[in-house]
Amino acid sequence: MSDNRKHMGMKAKTTIGNTVIYIILVLMSIIWLIPFVCIVFESFRGENTGQVGYLIPKQWSWANYKALFVEDPDKTVQFMLWYKNTFIIAAVSSLIHTFIVLCTSYTLSRMRFRGRKALMNIMLVLGMFPGFITMIVLYTILSKIGWTGAGSVPGLILIYTASAAMGYYVSKGFFDTVPRSLDEAARIDGATRAQVLFRITLPMAKPIVIYQILTAFMAPWGDFIFAKYIAHGTSAGMTVAVGMQNLITKSNNSAHYTHFCAAGVVVAIPITVLFMFLQKYYVEGVTGGAVKG
Amino acid sequence: MKRTTSNNKKNSFKQFFKAVGTELSDIVTTFKNGSWITRVSYLIMGFGNLVRGQILRGLLFLIFEAVFIAYMITTGVGWLQKMGTLGTEAVKRVYDPIYDVYVNVEGDNSFFILLYALLTIIFCIAFIWAWRENIRQNRISEELLGKGKKLTTTRQDLKALVDEKFYKTLLALPMTGIVVFMVLPIIFMIFIAFTNYDAEHNGYTVLFSWVGLDNFKNLFSASSGSNLGYTFVHILGWTLVWAFFATFTNYFLGIVVALMINKKGIKLKKMWRGILVLTIAIPQFVSLMYVSKLFSKNGLINGFLINMGLIDWPIEFWQNSTYARILVILINIWIGIPYLMLIATGILMNIPQDLYESARIDGANPFQQFKSITLPYMLFVTGPYLLTSFIGNINNFNVIYLLTSGGVVSNPKYTVFGTSASDTDLLITWLFNITTGATSDYKLAAVIAIMIFVVVSTISVISYNLMPSNKNEEDFQ
Repeated sequence: MSDNRKHMGMKAKTTIGNTVIYIILVLMSIIWLIPFVCIVFESFRGENTGQVGYLIPKQWSWANYKALFVEDPDKTVQFMLWYKNTFIIAAVSSLIHTFIVLCTSYTLSRMRFRGRKALMNIMLVLGMFPGFITMIVLYTILSKIGWTGAGSVPGLILIYTASAAMGYYVSKGFFDTVPRSLDEAARIDGATRAQVLFRITLPMAKPIVIYQILTAFMAPWGDFIFAKYIAHGTSAGMTVAVGMQNLITKSNNSAHYTHFCAAGVVVAIPITVLFMFLQKYYVEGVTGGAVKG
Repeated sequence: MKRTTSNNKKNSFKQFFKAVGTELSDIVTTFKNGSWITRVSYLIMGFGNLVRGQILRGLLFLIFEAVFIAYMITTGVGWLQKMGTLGTEAVKRVYDPIYDVYVNVEGDNSFFILLYALLTIIFCIAFIWAWRENIRQNRISEELLGKGKKLTTTRQDLKALVDEKFYKTLLALPMTGIVVFMVLPIIFMIFIAFTNYDAEHNGYTVLFSWVGLDNFKNLFSASSGSNLGYTFVHILGWTLVWAFFATFTNYFLGIVVALMINKKGIKLKKMWRGILVLTIAIPQFVSLMYVSKLFSKNGLINGFLINMGLIDWPIEFWQNSTYARILVILINIWIGIPYLMLIATGILMNIPQDLYESARIDGANPFQQFKSITLPYMLFVTGPYLLTSFIGNINNFNVIYLLTSGGVVSNPKYTVFGTSASDTDLLITWLFNITTGATSDYKLAAVIAIMIFVVVSTISVISYNLMPSNKNEEDFQ
């Protein structure tokens, strides 16, 4: 009897515990989602392009979205151009970035050669400098070739990919887990190192390849510091991040705030869909990377 | 622990000098014992390779030497000579009486003098390395031939590049990128820290020159006529406070959220997780800039609070430095928890379940289980991750800049040579403002970058030695 009561007590306790957890989770979901609900509402507001203190538009309209896709006489909203810039940068640099990272991480994981440890240490130390500091030199050089300002697309591709090898850690961690015995068996059968890489290791590395492409593709959409420095205030050379920030500076805010909201929605939808689609690979990469450091 | 590190350091110095010594003595003995072919190779690189039939290697050495000598004679030496002064003649405007106009007469450009001098130095180092390699190959060839073996042919050399020397092929492109776009600019900026390069001394109309340690002295002396030292110390302090809170609040709350979602009996696990992951998927700059606007003076939050009758006047969240600081940490939690939740979920699943089983039998309550099993395990596994994310937060440009660039008022005490900073600025955002403002102060930016490096490397070394995964490697094996 007393046993039974104790059992009942435990059960009540877990029920209370679970209820508390449910309440917290529901509250969290609201807090995490509400800004995104708000931005969608504000993007449809027709009566005022600035900030107002209420959420529900008094006048629903597509005007803010239309403004993104027609020519702006003041050249302040050049959303199509920014989108095109960012897309080209993201697409090209994700391929080059992935190629470079795979070369580096595979080599450091699989091959033993003189200077390997030293190389890894040098990269570790280099990583402790704020990467932005390289921009002062690179900007001057790139501006000589005309790859800054309005022509910033090739310049940014170069900057995003050139030192890609520094981010080899996650995929090296992956290659470290692929059993070496496979390589050795193939080597005994007379395969060269290159054949081992292309015929055996790469086909198995699909998750990490997708992870690298995904993160490298998403990076230019979110990068700010390099893009802003290279664009140097020229609207034609901006990426969406820089261009959109430009819309909500003090002088532009009252005229373009709702345009900013609409642009946010337009940018977020394709990226979010792509991400949710490839989520599995991202989660694997992130967890693997954290455990291996 | 500490003693071994310092010993290691001493040993590595010793090893370095020893290595240099053996290299030098090897160069001398190879010359003494070598044949005439080897000796000629000391002057004409690749001669030995060519005579012994390794045409490709020989030609590469020879061409490299020719290019090097030609470059040094035509321009290289000139750049090195100018490096001492960084130029003497700035661009001048001279009156042209024939056309009755002023024309520019090109002078020196300090920026490019320093850049080309640096490239020349690197070229020299590469040449010395190639020369040494050339000698080494001669010695090895002689040894092999002496034993009656054959040298590798050009065809074999090329084949090795996809086989046992495959690493050279694979690393060629990545390492070129790092050297040209990371190593060179960083060395260049370290040099800049010892010059007076800024918007006024732009190296073109007004040349810049070496100033020794002046920039560093200014940073640490209180009476340099500006608030530089004061600003630096205070921004550094806030950077560290921010990095600490940003890292650990996310870390612990992320674990707690992961534990809640993974708890037995909680339904709809996928949905809760999905909602959080959705916020990772939305580009960060959109959410950061939007949330920053939510909290602005006429933003939705103030509007909501006024409509509810809770306040009469809007709260100026971004104008008050204490509010602003708390707010960036809170918003960073909002941004960061989903990532940590993902990471923690992955790791929590790997904790051996029998640990919990035996803890329950011993009568440990959930909190005790968390304290003595979950947390130590997490810390053990994610030690290196914590360190990298702490360093990442020291340089967390995006969160601070996108949240505060629109509204935060700058602190009048933080005005340095015309550029100002606010109470929420980190070293990295300060550095950005210094280099982009009207009075771009590159020398100061270089000094700050070096200081960031010093801070980050110190923290790394200390915490790496404290890390449990480094101390007791087998605790959880």
